[in-house]
Amino acid sequence: MAEETDGRLDWARPLGLGPTGLLPNLYDVVIFILIAAVFVGLAHGAREMMAPTSRLTLEPVTLDAGNLPEYALRTTLRMFAAIVASLLFTFVVATLAAKSRKAELVIIPALDILQSVPVLGFLTFTVVFFLGLFPQSQLGAECAAIFAIFTAQAWNMAFSFYQSLRTLPRDLDEVSRHFGLSPWLRFWRLEAPFAAPGLIWNTMMSMSGGWFFVVASEAITVGDTTVKLPGIGSWLAVAIDAKDLRAVLLAVGTMAMVILAYDQLLFRPIVAWADKFRFEQTAAQQRPRSWVYEFWRRGRVIRRLSAVMAWIGRRLSMMSNPFGRPVRKVAPAIVGRIVDFLWLPIVLAVVAYALWRIFEFVESSLGWSDVTTAFGLGLLTLVRVIVLIALASLVWVPIGVWIGLRPWAANRVQPVAQFLAAFPANVLFPVAVVAIVRFDLNPDIWLSPLMVLGTQWYILFNVIAGASAFPTDLREVSTLFRLRSWQWWRSVILPGILPYYVTGALTASGGSWNASIVAEVASWGDTKLKAAGLGAYIAGATEAGDYPRVVLGIAVMSILVVAFNRLVWRPLYRLAERRFRVN
Amino acid sequence: MGTAVLPAADAPLVVVDRVRQLYPKGGGDVLVLDDVTLALGDDEIVSLLGRSGCGKSTLLRIIAGLMPASAGQVTIGDRTVAGPAPEVAMVFQTFALFPWLTVLENVEIGLEAQGIDPVERHKSALAAIDLIGLDGYESAYPKELSGGMRQRVGLARALVVHPKVLLMDEPFSALDVLTAETLRTDLLDLWSEGRMPISSILLVTHNIEEAVLMSDRILVFSSNPGRVVAEIAVALPQPRNRLDPAFRQLVDDIYARMTARPVSKPAEGVFPGTGIAMVLPRVSPNLHAGLMEILAAEPYRGHADLPVLASPLHMEIDDLFPVAETLQLLRFAEVAEGDIKLTEAGQRFVQLEPDGRKKLFAQHVLAYVPLAQHIRRVLDERSTHTAPVGRFRGELEDHMSEDSADQTLRAVTSWARYGEVFAYDESTGVFSLDNPS
Repeated sequence: MAEETDGRLDWARPLGLGPTGLLPNLYDVVIFILIAAVFVGLAHGAREMMAPTSRLTLEPVTLDAGNLPEYALRTTLRMFAAIVASLLFTFVVATLAAKSRKAELVIIPALDILQSVPVLGFLTFTVVFFLGLFPQSQLGAECAAIFAIFTAQAWNMAFSFYQSLRTLPRDLDEVSRHFGLSPWLRFWRLEAPFAAPGLIWNTMMSMSGGWFFVVASEAITVGDTTVKLPGIGSWLAVAIDAKDLRAVLLAVGTMAMVILAYDQLLFRPIVAWADKFRFEQTAAQQRPRSWVYEFWRRGRVIRRLSAVMAWIGRRLSMMSNPFGRPVRKVAPAIVGRIVDFLWLPIVLAVVAYALWRIFEFVESSLGWSDVTTAFGLGLLTLVRVIVLIALASLVWVPIGVWIGLRPWAANRVQPVAQFLAAFPANVLFPVAVVAIVRFDLNPDIWLSPLMVLGTQWYILFNVIAGASAFPTDLREVSTLFRLRSWQWWRSVILPGILPYYVTGALTASGGSWNASIVAEVASWGDTKLKAAGLGAYIAGATEAGDYPRVVLGIAVMSILVVAFNRLVWRPLYRLAERRFRVN
Repeated sequence: MGTAVLPAADAPLVVVDRVRQLYPKGGGDVLVLDDVTLALGDDEIVSLLGRSGCGKSTLLRIIAGLMPASAGQVTIGDRTVAGPAPEVAMVFQTFALFPWLTVLENVEIGLEAQGIDPVERHKSALAAIDLIGLDGYESAYPKELSGGMRQRVGLARALVVHPKVLLMDEPFSALDVLTAETLRTDLLDLWSEGRMPISSILLVTHNIEEAVLMSDRILVFSSNPGRVVAEIAVALPQPRNRLDPAFRQLVDDIYARMTARPVSKPAEGVFPGTGIAMVLPRVSPNLHAGLMEILAAEPYRGHADLPVLASPLHMEIDDLFPVAETLQLLRFAEVAEGDIKLTEAGQRFVQLEPDGRKKLFAQHVLAYVPLAQHIRRVLDERSTHTAPVGRFRGELEDHMSEDSADQTLRAVTSWARYGEVFAYDESTGVFSLDNPS
């Protein structure tokens, strides 16, 4: 019965008193070094962030390759600060929306709109605001950059968390109420684990998008204020001014390393770990793997360390429940009804006031001709987005299907596609601009592809996912019936991947709108290229510090994006969900 | 029902007093539970037996304090229930285990919520796991376990908080036949040996044999609205034998009671609502044909005892009754006193070729299903011979919930499609007369 005793000891052993020794093994060493490095980096970066603004003028960003690792670190740190802020925002706001009907009424439409607003346009205001908030320290500019990334990340994360909270399995909800779990315990035992897979996936997508914004927001010019925070984005800006192609390529390489490290060291381990939260009762065939996670799990000291952390977590989850079972408060119905009654008028009043302020602000400095100009340019950009998404689909859908139907290829290509989607395309822009200048191409046409340079990959990897998930029996049936190839595309595979394709194309088109602000204007040294479009309009207004036109540009772009989503993507997605969802 | 028969001893553990439950919806409220009164005493297993949708699970949730009753009250001990009561613990049909917690953590969750010290918690949980036959599985995750093992975890989790009353909501119905039987036997063993720290069990089930096998008393529920229509004391000694003639007799009796026609109403009284507002169950015409063929063949020759018919088919009353009752609605069979008998039309149906069957089925659908008649009439009257589904949905929702309206429309659509009475295009939501040929 030795085996049985062994198995039992494994779980019954009290903290840190196992039969195996405390000597660290190889895995411990590797993980320890990694963690230590993270802490050193954090400390350094944080100290630098607090430095006075004068440092920026004394030590401007230089194209010295020795500085590049530090710049990469600073860029990464901004990214993590934003993701932490986004997570906090998610937990607070999404929970509020899920628990309170009144909050929901305001928060959910707001999230929906904010998701589609071009966040780069915000930079103008946030930079001014944060610089004013911390006048003497670099922190102001840092906050502005971090906030820009935050605005690119937070909304879909909050939305995902909210949706998870609203779709908690009914039986688990009943168990939690039945056994009288305190709200705190309920959050950690039911809500957070249930929401984890969706939230992690959305966080990963947000981070992918985030690299683009961190690069775009480091070197900002608003009116007379020019800020260049140490980071890859500023390095790139300096390199463009100096027409230094070698420096641009160095930035591309560094960025690739950073994203690769982020993927391997952070994202994949977390996905592998979060696999246990997937809400299903059967064991999965294929589980996500990560070598870092394997190291973590095999490390002896590390395992003990995580046990200690789990123990602390458990003590935490016990807290705030000193009164035994919670007593359900029953508020008098009449009070609730009065608040309900007043809530909508309050919201409407706030909206009316806001409208009036906006109107006043715009009216004093803008005319109707500005509005028509903005809409005209907006339509130009809209045409660009549609044409480019269509072109990208024509290219990537067949390729994605080909890859997705071949598991060996899919396994290899999928991580590459995800990597490319995360790679900030704006790092590559200068290369394209050099080519346009060299060959004297028409910027109205040739600047456009930059808009989908980074976003087309969403189409590719979603189509690959869809084709991989396509049921084998349906494929076999179509082989048996010898469907001709166009018939096969039309009635078998395209309907089968439609839900996935729509998801990918929706993400890609949203990203392209955002990218237009950076992509429709480009420069190389003194040469400036400009394509006619709403993105260039916003970028120009930002540089000139012309706030009313920035507001107008953003508003028009938001309207176009929201309208396009409502009129095209959403109906298409619903159709795909209803008619073509396989299984 | 006046007052339920109380167990002889002292005051009952749980008293349900004139509980009513209403669900609000469009054209007035739907009565789900109608003045239900019952009492649960010390040391007894009581079953609430009824068909799905009769409100028995709702009643269990009201007793558990998971939802408030519209009227009436539940008393446990000397306290009125208003929120989750510590004296009861519930076992769920779907097991309701947290997939991200291990077996041990799942069992501990109730104790953790009470703020019990981890060491103490650990000890109690291990004892419960031992008792229920789960030792060795403590660190496993639910997804690694079979259904039977998962329900054992559910049972251990309920027992570990030392409730007075164990509430079981169809605890064996998600399990296969063999596993369910093992679990029932184990539970009865623990019960009769007094090894579980509980005073009584309230079991919700739709399985007649399960109720007879396990309980001291059976409360039979009627549907629409749910109310207690019969109380049957089961005096057979444990362990009970399903083949024992007395056991069979009791099962037969209960079948008869559950298929008894309401005295005052005509045949369609088995379904709630009348005319086009009748709520119909979704039964595939394939099932109709299948059951009629079995009935017509040896050994039944057109006439069968429902329990005898049910057991080789592995159908429980929730599967069998809707088929039998829709056959009755279509006048292909008669159901009464626990028996089912093919009518002359039913006999003829079985003899016919597929095309003839379709024609006969169509005639009966048009003659006996008012909603099908109604849709067909509207289609005939209109010059386009088409009508949107929304038109009929609206009419139905005046009388029933959205879900019931949806279910009824789907049922009628599937019967009409089989009989080619009319066609329906799912993507546009339009009924029409043209059948694609």
